[in-house]
Amino acid sequence: MGKKFLMKGNEALAEAAIRAGCRHFFGYPITPQTEVAAYMAKQMPKIGGTYLQAESEVAAINMVLGAAAAGARAMTSSSSPGISLKTEGISYIIGSDLPCVIVNVMRGGPGLGGIQPSQSDYWQATRALGHGDGHALVLAPSSIQEIVDLMGKAFDLAEEYRMPAMILADGMLGQMMEPVEFSKGEYQEHQKPWALTGHKNKRPPNIVNSLYLNPSELEQTILDRFDRYRLIEEKETMAESFLMEGAEYGVTAYGIAARVAKTAVLAAREEGIKVGLIRPITLWPFPKTEFAAFQELCGVLCVELSMGQMVEDVRLAVNGRCPVEFVGHTGGVVPTPDEVLGAIRKMAGVS
Amino acid sequence: MSVVFEKTKGLTDKETHYCPGCTHGIIHRLVGESLEELGILGDSIGVAPVGCAVMAYDYFNCDMVEAPHGRAPAVATGIKRVHPSCIVFTYQGDGDLAAIGTAETVHAATRGENITIIFVNNAIYGMTGGQMAPTTLPGQVTQTTPYGRDTAIAGYPIRVCEMLSTLDGVAFAERVAVHDVPHIKKAKAAIKKAFQTQIAKKGFSIVEVLSTCPTNWGLTPVEALSWLKDQMIPYYPLGNFLDRTGEAGE
Amino acid sequence: MPKVIIDPDRCKGCGLCVYSCPKKVLELNQKNLNKKGYMPSKPVHPEKCIGCAICAMICPDCAITVIREKGRENDGKKVSDERK
Repeated sequence: MGKKFLMKGNEALAEAAIRAGCRHFFGYPITPQTEVAAYMAKQMPKIGGTYLQAESEVAAINMVLGAAAAGARAMTSSSSPGISLKTEGISYIIGSDLPCVIVNVMRGGPGLGGIQPSQSDYWQATRALGHGDGHALVLAPSSIQEIVDLMGKAFDLAEEYRMPAMILADGMLGQMMEPVEFSKGEYQEHQKPWALTGHKNKRPPNIVNSLYLNPSELEQTILDRFDRYRLIEEKETMAESFLMEGAEYGVTAYGIAARVAKTAVLAAREEGIKVGLIRPITLWPFPKTEFAAFQELCGVLCVELSMGQMVEDVRLAVNGRCPVEFVGHTGGVVPTPDEVLGAIRKMAGVS
Repeated sequence: MSVVFEKTKGLTDKETHYCPGCTHGIIHRLVGESLEELGILGDSIGVAPVGCAVMAYDYFNCDMVEAPHGRAPAVATGIKRVHPSCIVFTYQGDGDLAAIGTAETVHAATRGENITIIFVNNAIYGMTGGQMAPTTLPGQVTQTTPYGRDTAIAGYPIRVCEMLSTLDGVAFAERVAVHDVPHIKKAKAAIKKAFQTQIAKKGFSIVEVLSTCPTNWGLTPVEALSWLKDQMIPYYPLGNFLDRTGEAGE
Repeated sequence: MPKVIIDPDRCKGCGLCVYSCPKKVLELNQKNLNKKGYMPSKPVHPEKCIGCAICAMICPDCAITVIREKGRENDGKKVSDERK
């Protein structure tokens, strides 16, 4: 066993990024993720890296675009309203096939919303990180240890598939403290023959671009990108199955909501309700294959810190074979295990 | 046989998409020649804007990236922080730099970001068909100021070099024009100086080049040269606004 | 002697070279359109060319090359000032 550190989620994710080889961080302060920037500002100068506080989230994501185009492992982090501002740059990053990591420590919305934890950016993260046909990888940790474990994975996948990866956390994960252990920090950066390094008069110029004025050429570029997306959907989905053996009912949740749901599932099992849980770790690609197990059940409950966003993907995965219920809170209110247990009892017809 | 003048290797052989008589082509050539003559073509990374020069990535014979509208200085910042030994420049129009990208421009300048900006000011949005730019002159007729720019409604033009030269991070700021050959030679000297400022790691350098837009000004290419001289230069005086290249650097 | 060479297919017929040439060497070719559909510039009085390269320096399309062929006294003057 390695050394354990008691760390705040935001700081652990920053440390994990550094250990994954990130040396270029561009940020802008916003609650509840500001500790990421503060940690980077403290550590980067010590290791010859760059921490730069941009003039806006818009500028920060475009600095990431530049640094990624230049071949570096670049990263930015923000919270919901800031991510909205970054979507312009993210769309260009997707369209230019550049790898990078973007962290969203979600808070309540819409508008300025609130500063308490939320999961109401699920649709934005999985459907609408900017205009155009495209996706980013979306990874949803549910503990600080998992934030740390997924950070290196996010950079690796981003480089392997040349696309942005988002760590979708929430204000609770960002702010709470848990013991974490870091892996040895070994990472393999991918070759980047496309990167802007100056051609040194030895090769033709490299061009990083998302503009294709010929519609057929643009279509072909997108078709090629979607071929890659299909490959990712086949190979890279991740989900945790918990007490699913012999389950008659299912519960699903991601991130912090999954921890509340897990407590409720354990309590329901004690009451004799045969219930299990599937926790998606990749939100895009959505682990449809893993969710197929739900099709055989008598009922499924989806728990979210929103008005119900992921529940739509769950319904698509279940494909009408069993009823899918929803329980959740929004605006920064976190559902209690008792509330979720109540919903499980109701689903199972137990009073 | 000796060559008096031929196309620079700083540009690719691709023919530009610019309208006949548009002086973007001259400015491209001056940038390309400067990069070639300074021997920095192989170390240069350029950032293309959104606007008429959006396809500049096909024309400059160095590594290039196409940035979102107005964000070129932020993109250039990211590149420069990764490759401090490379020469990083943006090529931006007036809408890109002085309207949607004002924040990125001002902050790259005040950070003293060691990049070079080639700012093409033709007082109009060309690519979208001739709308008001932040640098459109008072009274100037455009598609969106059909009765002439009324300053009571649309405000006043921005003099970018004057504004930026108030910032401590700026090392070099000069306004030039390309309406005749003597001015083209001065423009080239300023562009070269700006790149030398970056090579010497002195900080942010900008050359504002007054340029023509015959198509959207509704003039012939030759008339456009005169319009630049007679209408633009009085509002945008030529000259050097700041040159800290002689001062001790980092 | 100096010689101005115009790539007729790069030329967009803007006429800036015609306007700028101090010796009126060039004219737009009204008869033959180029592949882009423009009337390209053409040296109609090549004997008047002094090799000043003003036409090339004002050309927005890098369509003009100026050379100096051997056999005249002013051959020693090589590249224009601008290129130095």
